[in-house]
Amino acid sequence: MTATRRAADTLVILFALLVSWELLHKIAGETALPAPLPTLVYLLHNLTTPRFLANLTTTALELGYALILSYGIGLAIGVWMGAHRLSGAVGEPILVSLYSLPKITLYPVVLLMFGLGISGKVAFGALHGILPVALLTMGAIRTIPQVYLRSARTMQLSPWQTIAHVLLPAALPEIFTGLRIGFTVTLLGVLLGEMFASKEGLGSMIMNAVQLLQGEEMMMVAIVLFAFAAIANGLLLWIEHRLHRRV
Amino acid sequence: MTRIGLIRLVVVIVAVGALELACRLGLINHNVIIPPSEMASALWTLLASGTLNAEIERTLGMIALVIAISIAAGFAIGCVIHALPRVREALDPFFATYYAVPVFIFYPVLIAIFGLSIMPIVLIGVATAVVAMIIATLNGLDRVPRVLAKVARVHRLGRIATALQLQLPAAAPYLFTGVKLSVSYGFIAVIAAEFILAPAGLGRDISEAYADFDNRRMYALILFILIVATLVNAVLHGFDMRLAQRRSGGRA
Repeated sequence: MTATRRAADTLVILFALLVSWELLHKIAGETALPAPLPTLVYLLHNLTTPRFLANLTTTALELGYALILSYGIGLAIGVWMGAHRLSGAVGEPILVSLYSLPKITLYPVVLLMFGLGISGKVAFGALHGILPVALLTMGAIRTIPQVYLRSARTMQLSPWQTIAHVLLPAALPEIFTGLRIGFTVTLLGVLLGEMFASKEGLGSMIMNAVQLLQGEEMMMVAIVLFAFAAIANGLLLWIEHRLHRRV
Repeated sequence: MTRIGLIRLVVVIVAVGALELACRLGLINHNVIIPPSEMASALWTLLASGTLNAEIERTLGMIALVIAISIAAGFAIGCVIHALPRVREALDPFFATYYAVPVFIFYPVLIAIFGLSIMPIVLIGVATAVVAMIIATLNGLDRVPRVLAKVARVHRLGRIATALQLQLPAAAPYLFTGVKLSVSYGFIAVIAAEFILAPAGLGRDISEAYADFDNRRMYALILFILIVATLVNAVLHGFDMRLAQRRSGGRA
């Protein structure tokens, strides 16, 4: 009963969003913002065009590489700073202040270092993702009960064994939160990278569409990205809840 | 200064020093990164010349406007939603997903609607920052202890007095978290919007300097924004610490 009511409420809000979109369309005019229905028709017709698929593949590839870097480097820093108290105490404020900086200002530096191709955008995505993954992993490992570490020492586990068999499994649910947030900001970083001085990817596609006044295409890319991010986040959230219940 | 603070300072100094050395020795190409000392002197010259004043005023003013709107509107909307449980229940999944979707992708859409002016920048800034304040307000009002309602009744406080003297102080730490996030998001969104596409502003200056291969100017501007953002964050962090200390009765 409550589930159906909640679903109904969500539908009402989605409907309200569509209505406000329609209203905004009436105010802004046809070229600036097309109406919802024509946009959806356009979306269904153009989802499989080679141009869209090529841009989608580029963005997916960049996101994939950037995530590998974010997760790899972020987890390494997080485990190190979580397990080694002094490093954590020294490094945490540095990481926190880096995390809240407007990283877009560093994008020119990234471009000068890695060039205008795919690697610049991958590096910029990773730059966004590394910090939250590292910070949340560090927090997760710090809150592990001391007794686990003492038993690891009693069993004379090597540092690697301690990490693989004690630290990571015990901290997994919280670490996974870091991976989920890392996913979100890495995606944002990759898209921001594509929106500036780039010729490929969904981010550049949306910038192009704005400059050429192709409202339908602009909204189509935005909708696809929103849907993808929301579904991915929902999936990661679902896994996270399961991990929490398991422990 | 504590030992850990000292080590941290040394780490930062060594890192900057290593960058300086690597640039001076030619390990890092001068066309990629200029030595930190040159960044600082370029920034000093730029600030002293006064040519940057208008841009600084414009950008920081816009950020302040975005933050002010976000905090005021976020708090007001949060209070209204908190009073309507059904609406809140319906909105919860949207709040939970909001920061997971790249809202910034709507910036070009806003440009298409409102033209290349300050309007899209302010809107995307508020859109990025306001939801954090709404969520924080809801959180804060949730955590107001129920016993305070009884206290208010015992003292026969009116609604406004209850809100100002009991609920607001009890929710303050959570509200402050919202303020902190709003400030941080406001900064990031405005600078990013200016950088991507804007008629003027510090963010646009950086992207122009990049396009002109004017590395001295570009690094000076980057350094300026990083310094301002770090200072603002440090002030908020310090305030947060004092709030936490007060909550724990000065024992922390």
